[in-house]
Amino acid sequence: MSSVATRSARTLDTGLVATLRSRWRLVSLLAVIVIWVLVWTFTRGDSTLAIQASDRTDIHGWFLRLTTSIEEANNVVTAALAALADAMDATLLFFQHLFTVPEFPRPLPQVGWLGALALASLATYAVAGWRPVLIVAASFLLFGMLGYYPDAMDLLIVTSVAVAVALLLGIPIGIWMGHSKVVSAIVTPILDVMQTMPSFVYLLPFSILFGIGPAVAALVTLVYAMPPAVRVTAYAIRAVSSTTIEATDSLGQSRWQRLRNVELPMAKRTIIVGVNQTTMAALSMATIAAYVDGPGLGQPVLEGLRRGQLGKAFVAGLAIVIMAIMLDRTTTAASIRAETAARSGRDRGRQRWVVLGVGAAVAAVAVYLSNGYSWANEFPAGLDIGTWIQLRVDDFSGWLRADFSSVTTSIQERFTLSFLNPVQDLIAGSPWFVAGAAICAIAWIAGGNRALGAAVICLTGLYFLDLWNNAMITLTAVLVATVVVMLLGIVVGVWMGRSKNVDRAVRPFLDAAQTLPPFVYLIPVLVLFGANRFTAMVAGVIYAAPVAIKLIADGVRGVSATTVEAAEAAGTSRLQMIWKVQLPMARGALLLAANQGLLYVLSMVVIGGMVGAGALGFDIVYGFRQSEFAGKGLAAGVSIVLIGIMLDRITTYSARRSSSAAPAGARAKNTTRKRFPLLSSSS
Amino acid sequence: MTDTATVTPPQANAEQPAALAVDRLWKVFGPKADKIIGSPDADLPRHEMLKETGCVAAVKDISFEVAAGEVFVVMGLSGSGKSTLVRCLTRLIEPTAGTVTINGTDVVGASESTLRDLRRNHVAMVFQHFGLLPHRQVIDNVAYGLEIRGVGKAERRKRAAEIVDLVGLEGNEHSYPDQLSGGMQQRVGLARALAGDPALLLFDEPFSALDPLIRRDMQNEVIRLQEDLQKTMVFITHDLQEALKLGDRILIMRDGEVVQIGTPAEVVASPADDYVRDFVSDVPRSHVLTLRYVMRDPRPDDSSEGLVMSSDTIVRQAARAALASDHVVRVVDDGKLVGIVDDDAILRIVVAEESVRA
Ligand SMILES: Nc1ncnc2c1ncn2[C@@H]1O[C@H](COP(=O)(O)OP(=O)(O)OP(=O)(O)O)[C@@H](O)[C@H]1O
Ligand SMILES: [Mg+2]
Repeated sequence: MSSVATRSARTLDTGLVATLRSRWRLVSLLAVIVIWVLVWTFTRGDSTLAIQASDRTDIHGWFLRLTTSIEEANNVVTAALAALADAMDATLLFFQHLFTVPEFPRPLPQVGWLGALALASLATYAVAGWRPVLIVAASFLLFGMLGYYPDAMDLLIVTSVAVAVALLLGIPIGIWMGHSKVVSAIVTPILDVMQTMPSFVYLLPFSILFGIGPAVAALVTLVYAMPPAVRVTAYAIRAVSSTTIEATDSLGQSRWQRLRNVELPMAKRTIIVGVNQTTMAALSMATIAAYVDGPGLGQPVLEGLRRGQLGKAFVAGLAIVIMAIMLDRTTTAASIRAETAARSGRDRGRQRWVVLGVGAAVAAVAVYLSNGYSWANEFPAGLDIGTWIQLRVDDFSGWLRADFSSVTTSIQERFTLSFLNPVQDLIAGSPWFVAGAAICAIAWIAGGNRALGAAVICLTGLYFLDLWNNAMITLTAVLVATVVVMLLGIVVGVWMGRSKNVDRAVRPFLDAAQTLPPFVYLIPVLVLFGANRFTAMVAGVIYAAPVAIKLIADGVRGVSATTVEAAEAAGTSRLQMIWKVQLPMARGALLLAANQGLLYVLSMVVIGGMVGAGALGFDIVYGFRQSEFAGKGLAAGVSIVLIGIMLDRITTYSARRSSSAAPAGARAKNTTRKRFPLLSSSS
Repeated sequence: MTDTATVTPPQANAEQPAALAVDRLWKVFGPKADKIIGSPDADLPRHEMLKETGCVAAVKDISFEVAAGEVFVVMGLSGSGKSTLVRCLTRLIEPTAGTVTINGTDVVGASESTLRDLRRNHVAMVFQHFGLLPHRQVIDNVAYGLEIRGVGKAERRKRAAEIVDLVGLEGNEHSYPDQLSGGMQQRVGLARALAGDPALLLFDEPFSALDPLIRRDMQNEVIRLQEDLQKTMVFITHDLQEALKLGDRILIMRDGEVVQIGTPAEVVASPADDYVRDFVSDVPRSHVLTLRYVMRDPRPDDSSEGLVMSSDTIVRQAARAALASDHVVRVVDDGKLVGIVDDDAILRIVVAEESVRA
């Protein structure tokens, strides 16, 4: 009896200490910001380390020399890289000759749209069942009707080849990781860094190593897409019931028998969830790889954005969305089928083989027709709807510009003047040592010594890369957009967390939104607001909101029902419940949402470099275009990675800190999420 | 009473080698576990050892032998090290020190292939949480042991079907584990263990996850199989009723150490210490004690008429006849009078039990 009493007294005590500590933390954070503002009023504009877009410094020159020496080097490593690129090129060209690129003397590719459609349907039926076949067939028709059939095929080829190789390498690594703590300890931090890096920053180093073209697009895509495959496989292997392993071990199975008969079959379904995530990651990278001349739907989008032909970009973006839905639905269906397939009785199995056989015959006919007849090879122009959509969009954006621009401009200006500019003035307009010291202080208060360490290292790096001012501008955009993301996240997330019906209604949209490549978010926002700083931020907010909302909703839902009940019994009002009980108890989830929000926004703000967001993103884009600026672009890429790591570490450590005061259940949930951010997003 | 308990001979007999022999077995979890044994730290009580060294001695210097055909029960409270002990027997957990000999084979020193051979052909285990393969039908779960030995598909399925019938699962061959109730799943676990026809069966609390009625069925199943097949069994449980019902002998563990080894009657009649006494306090003694524990030495004035029974008759079975008879019961082993049981002795046990229950 008495021990129970003292225990609950102790919990109360630690609760009190935690509250006091977090209050102290809040007060000191405010104090840091007040001091920062005071110092800034006297020193603004001094030592901001701003440089012109056309300026280059020694370190940029050093990077440039590095890139040229890599490009010109002639040794085993470069030979191996070249061989790798050649092999990839040959593989891609093989498929392109089949489906998209005519091989002389033929005027048309070997297999046309009808054959491709039939083959894709057959493959889909084999791995995912008949329902997704409808989606695949409809998608293929839509690609054609939008006028982008060859680009869609190219994108599909690059994505599929990259996914195949990523799985071929990633699954064995994942299995190894699942078995060995040592391997896991080595690989996990690498995966962590890889997953905090925005997709955009992969491009420049890869183009330096491999040049530009389809091969580098596929290589960068496969590297970017591999971490989820590795991670999910390792997780799936570790999650196999240890009782089952023990029980089957006790029968004397060898290690190989264990892997083949026990671990892989039991991990299969989760591994296919990993295939889904790998595929979606690959798609998003493969579209952005248009920057390095990767073939596919990214090309018309990029061209449309560059030339301001929004209608064209919009239609191509639509095709990307369709592709995303198609791939997501098929791989998800495949993972569900993995479960049921093994179970279907012998009759169902026989029926399936019959359908497969007939399907193969039909596909063979379709391939034959599409090889020989141009109507089955080139998608019929009569079915075109892409042009119509393109014109409507162009009309609409013209009308917006002409008649409606006062509204959009005033939204944009009000936000920029009252919120964005002041923050940017403070962060980028302070002397570098003032801003740096303030960031370090904030990191230390929020996340302790380790966060401070990360901040010091990353800021030092930024200082020496000579892009301090641009880094601060990018940082501002990220922070401001993340604030908006968090506001959205809290409003919608709390709403969802408190009502099951709302959750059920909203969640499918969030899930769908999360499967889209970041590239396509830019297009509609660009139509609305034109090319400027604001556009990239809005796109970033839209891109990051679904993750944040879902995390917060889960956090609020996770607050134990008994706590809520107890608070209700004590007469807590609804607002009090949200502010005093549910949000504070979901603090871990909030910080995690901030963490993911920051990283998502960062990756979008960087892509937005070419549509007016400027700063580091622009430096990278410029590095692509002008070879003498490649060094500076590379430095910008490294700066972005440093910003990403800094933000990630600060939020992670402060989440860890605050959840150590939170109940154990919430903590466990958070750590699994943290280690496994991608699984929670689409499962 | 106490001295009669100590003279009871162990059931393992001298000519036949033991089916399983465990000698000075240790398992210490934690950093530098092997340094603990032999050091003064080894004698510390569990929580102190954990505080001093960060290690837990889950199995602490345990020795015992099990004869062929014997059912040997290991019991103890949660955390006493039972599961660790039984897993050390086939090195599912590597022992830290000591030896285990199964059928003359040294398990601890065995090579990987010898060990695999042992697990495939001589020993099988049944687990508390079944550990079935969810993606395989019952029949293929049962056949799994044969499959990894390399037995062909037709033959292993035929053999598995026989075992499925033996454990009373006929008709469920093609079900998947999650379509079966807990009791049926454990029958699959049992069938899987039996399929390889092992001489030694290990059970780790196989029925703890089942509800009481099913548990009783399963216990009877084990008794029936034991009568038919005559396997050697090591059976882990924390349920004394189960231990008494199944066990030829019982090993009682606490904090990794042996507290007592004896027949059910010995354990109930003369608990080694308070821990065991606590365990056995609400056992219906008449169901367990044999006449040996209630008889007194013969006296010259005892009646030479009346019933004759052997000393290992259970009190409850003797009670009705003994109370109905006017004479005392004469306890005779091998034609020799070894003791006398009068009505008072029987009533003391039976009545005491009734009053406990009331
Ligand atoms: N892998 C391990 N690492 C560290 N300690 C362990 C490990 N496995 C078991 N232990 C410890 O060893 C002791 C004995 O555990 P064991 O599982 O053998 O007990 P048990 O008697 O089977 O208990 P139960 O009835 O709950 O199954 C416990 O204190 C446990 O904490
Ligand atoms: Mg146990």
